[in-house]
Amino acid sequence: MNAHDEDDLKRLLRQALPPVEGNARPGRDLWPDLLRRLDAEPAAPAFSGWAIFDGALLAGLVGLAAFFPAVIPVFLYYL
Amino acid sequence: MRNESSGVLIDFRQGSPETFESAFESLFHQHQRAVYSWILRIVRNSAAAEELTIESFWRIHQAHARFDPARGFEGWARRIATHAALDWLRAQRTQSELSMEVCAALAAPVEADPAITAEIRSKTALAFGRLPPKLRIAAMLAVIEELPQKEVAAALGISVAAVKLRVFRALRLLRKDLERQGITP
Repeated sequence: MNAHDEDDLKRLLRQALPPVEGNARPGRDLWPDLLRRLDAEPAAPAFSGWAIFDGALLAGLVGLAAFFPAVIPVFLYYL
Repeated sequence: MRNESSGVLIDFRQGSPETFESAFESLFHQHQRAVYSWILRIVRNSAAAEELTIESFWRIHQAHARFDPARGFEGWARRIATHAALDWLRAQRTQSELSMEVCAALAAPVEADPAITAEIRSKTALAFGRLPPKLRIAAMLAVIEELPQKEVAAALGISVAAVKLRVFRALRLLRKDLERQGITP
């Protein structure tokens, strides 16, 4: 794809999805909803189940990369 | 956007429970419009942007101990909001949020190119919605919203080179998708 093709594609994209007005404001006051959310879900513990899951996933990926180095470029591509 | 006093930021970071809540409310009222507007640019759906603004400030409230007052609130809040929006994009299956109707209601006026038919615009919007969310968000901000790549990089927490790569990959995938539909931009 050369620079001219890329410019044409960008122009088509901006025609299909015009930029959004930059000074939009919410249609309602969001503060009461935020207070309700904070009351419903107080501060999470620092070391939650998701952190454990993330750690296990990371360890699995590191292990996989150690045993099968050929997958590293594939991971890098999808990062 | 206004710069808040350092006292508010310090209270938000490490104030007593009373001063923290007061600082948080002050920061919310100062920044909610900017956060909402930023999210809207990404998700292009006003109802979703409102919910994601609440989600972003909830995450900000939860993460206040990691906030660095020396680096300012705006960039930190924008980064959290960007990740909340990215999570939302990932959760969408139908991509209907990128429909032309939604976009038309929110869009800034753009002079329509008569050479590009409504059908091509619609197919392009749908093809864009099929891109992987992290490529879509980079292209949305850098190409459609025409924001500086440095700003996009800061919001996504990646390098400028990574933004360029994501935009390049997004455009390449989009072109392939359109070519499969017989559209050559």
